[in-house]
Amino acid sequence: MNRYPLWKYIIIGIALAIGLVYALPNLFPDVPAVQVSSSKTGVKIDSTLLATVEDALKSAGIAYRGEVLDPTGVKVRFADFDTQVKAKDVLQGKLGDNYIVALNLLSSSPQWLASIGALPMYLGLDLRGGVYFLLQVDMKGALDKAADRYTTDIRSLMREKRIIYGGVGREQSNVVLRFKDEAERNKARAAIETAFPDLLVREQEAAGGELRLVAGLKPDAQKRIQDGAVQQNITILRNRVNELGVAEPIIQQQGSDRVVVQLPGVQDTARAKDILGRTATLEIRMVNDDPGALDQARGGQIPLGSDLMQDRNGEPLLVRRQVVLTGDRINDAQSGFDSRTNEPAVHVNLDGTGARIFKEVTRENVGKRMAIVLVEKGKAEVITAPVIREEIGGGRVQISGRMSTREANDIALLMRAGALAAPMEIVEERTVGPSLGKENIQKGFDSVVYGFCVLAVFICVYYVLMGAISTVALCINLLLLVAVLSMLQATLTLPGMAAIALTLGMAIDANVLINERIREELRWGSTPHAAIQAGYERAWNTILDSNVTTMIAGIALLAFGTGPVRGFAVVHVLGILTSMFSAVFVSRGIVALIYGSRKKLEKISIGQVWRPNRAAVPAKVT
Amino acid sequence: MEFFRFTRDIPFMRHALVFNVISAITFLAAVVFLATRGLNLGVDFRGGTVIEVEYGHAVDYNRVRDAIDKLALGEYSAQSFGSSNTALIRLPLKEGVSSAQLSERVMATLKADDPSATQKRVEFVGPQVGKELYENGALALLLVSLGIVAYLALRFEWRFAVAAIAANLHDVVIILGFFAFFQWEFSLPVLAAVLAVLGYSVNESVVIADRIRENFRKMRKASVMHVIDSAITSTMSRTIITHGCTLLMVMSIFFFGGETLHHFALALAIGICFGIYSSALVMAALVMWLGVSREDLVKPEKKPSGPEGEKILP
Repeated sequence: MNRYPLWKYIIIGIALAIGLVYALPNLFPDVPAVQVSSSKTGVKIDSTLLATVEDALKSAGIAYRGEVLDPTGVKVRFADFDTQVKAKDVLQGKLGDNYIVALNLLSSSPQWLASIGALPMYLGLDLRGGVYFLLQVDMKGALDKAADRYTTDIRSLMREKRIIYGGVGREQSNVVLRFKDEAERNKARAAIETAFPDLLVREQEAAGGELRLVAGLKPDAQKRIQDGAVQQNITILRNRVNELGVAEPIIQQQGSDRVVVQLPGVQDTARAKDILGRTATLEIRMVNDDPGALDQARGGQIPLGSDLMQDRNGEPLLVRRQVVLTGDRINDAQSGFDSRTNEPAVHVNLDGTGARIFKEVTRENVGKRMAIVLVEKGKAEVITAPVIREEIGGGRVQISGRMSTREANDIALLMRAGALAAPMEIVEERTVGPSLGKENIQKGFDSVVYGFCVLAVFICVYYVLMGAISTVALCINLLLLVAVLSMLQATLTLPGMAAIALTLGMAIDANVLINERIREELRWGSTPHAAIQAGYERAWNTILDSNVTTMIAGIALLAFGTGPVRGFAVVHVLGILTSMFSAVFVSRGIVALIYGSRKKLEKISIGQVWRPNRAAVPAKVT
Repeated sequence: MEFFRFTRDIPFMRHALVFNVISAITFLAAVVFLATRGLNLGVDFRGGTVIEVEYGHAVDYNRVRDAIDKLALGEYSAQSFGSSNTALIRLPLKEGVSSAQLSERVMATLKADDPSATQKRVEFVGPQVGKELYENGALALLLVSLGIVAYLALRFEWRFAVAAIAANLHDVVIILGFFAFFQWEFSLPVLAAVLAVLGYSVNESVVIADRIRENFRKMRKASVMHVIDSAITSTMSRTIITHGCTLLMVMSIFFFGGETLHHFALALAIGICFGIYSSALVMAALVMWLGVSREDLVKPEKKPSGPEGEKILP
């Protein structure tokens, strides 16, 4: 009786083995480390970088404890925090701006664990310290900006088509034109509709007999602009965060118009806010290609009205100070291919005013070079400096020649990313200092450990051996829960740690149900074997039902929760699953192991089973 | 060891009316407190800024207040948080001032006043986000309730579903009543605790409902009242021990989990205590009054032959 088939033991064994392996990394303490990753897409992460890092550290006489190369970058561990900071400075100086050198904490667990994907639990910001921002993109701002561009475009269109109009201006996110004459209005309407298919044009008679045309963006065009604005802002934020040197930043879209930025381990929150909120500008200027001027400038004699700059490959360039165009005039920049030569190219789309200026400048400067300059934080960098081959009109500019597809992508991105597509505002901020994070881990750990100890003592005293089995099952539950959390890399927060404690407290319910059932069966005179059998079977239905209802609450929390609530819900839901496995499946396995082989079982060690005076019991249950 | 030695079934249901009057009064009191005092919504729901500042010594609140008063930020509060060295400063939302600037200005002022001041934590929630968190919370509560009703109706019978959700929502209202009465801060973790309690207390109702069903099957001659009494009595021991164990863990969170989890643990503790009471005494009584009968729960094919055995479940 009460034998358990071998396959069930095998399942338990496998689950335990996997659980142990995946829970193991959590036992190793974190050690200070420096992480080197690339800040630009063109920069390769390979063994050369690893060698450079090693050489730099060796020549500076900094001792390190092992290094790892993985697709995201090079990670080097150090004995203490002082060395870590020293090493960061050395590496930053050596590697330059193309790499992000960030301080990080890495688990000291052995390499073979990491290689099978066994990592320690992923700690939330409230446990490791850091900054969380929720930014709201001002969609109205994006649409207004678009309407501004259309206003200038329409104005030049009217001039080009020689249509007589009374005035044009933006009203909210619509462009409004005034006319004196019905015929002119019809002409204008037709012209606008063909030139700008994204606009919806309506006729309107204002008070005083004034004839008006109201042009607004079509809904799908609006949506495209808004999506584009969010995407562009994310790209810009990513570029800026790279500069902060954060080891594992998270930047992602949330909902239709929000962006989440999580910067673990960032201490200087003021600087983080500053950098995220900063605006960069893009400028188009002419290159000073006067013979000898560049050499002079390199020698320290920079000609008047010019600046010495570097392009992305570090080549020096002399650029005139006069700004031809600023980034606001760029509507869009996309990478693509030259239609004639099929070379990679960047297609830039300028607005009306931009197009007019560009046409003039290119007419006067054929054969000369033009520099596209990104000015950020007072630091200017030439993105690219193409030669002007001919006069370019119509606002459609193509930059091509001597670039790879990836470079074309990068340049297009930088041209778009120059400025935020729409203003952003911080609507939620949570900053946790590093010391608080450590305190929180300790507190969470304490509440689990102390609670568990008292619980285990009580259960062992009350149910003796069956209680001890329940405690073992509870330990296995904890092990599996930690293993599953590590495996899924679900974010563990302080409420999540509370959920671990709570889950253990709730998981004991299943064992109490079973043990009480067994006692009850014994009380009514069942044989010990039959009592165990009946206890587990009868309790199972109840356990299932009660766990399903708890699960419903957990899933709703998961679906609607954000931040702390979500952290709680994840652990809660996973805990219910592991507790059903351990409390029923595993504990029964142990019981079968202890009692199953005994043919004549006289007594189960489940504590004193009190038997009432039978005569006094009115309704006997059989 | 065995704590609970009942020689006979305790006649709970004879006093069902008394229990329900007690819970009706508690419920009404909770509603009154909620209506008159309202919940002390935390920054998560109301919006605003919270700054936790640690000093190298016990906080001198007069100095802290003097320093912040200079900034003329309007209404704010500064109080101790966890230890005497830590101050929690709450600032309301202010038109036109971004959170980023606000917390930095306050920190700069405090630092200038006392260099040992260090910022431990900043939380800022904008008005829109706060409103959404509030709405999502309410929606989650609604969905949990509906989900539980649906599951219980499917698994047992509609009377159990209605009785269980009524009993357990009454627990939720009572927890909220406590928070309103003591003006404890109602934050996101507390909301999580409330929803977890809802799921957890229902599990208590399920255990009793299960027993009632089983007893209907076994005790063919017994009256409905007797069946319910017997179910409550026989699950009593398990109820007290399980909840005791859970409460033990919750107390551990309360004592060791720090300030952040303080109210979370409190909500759980209140919920667990009232959960026992309401599941055993309120839910069972409601089921009885809703007119549950043996035929409703015992599947026809398991019954001995007879015309009533063909009855279709409502």
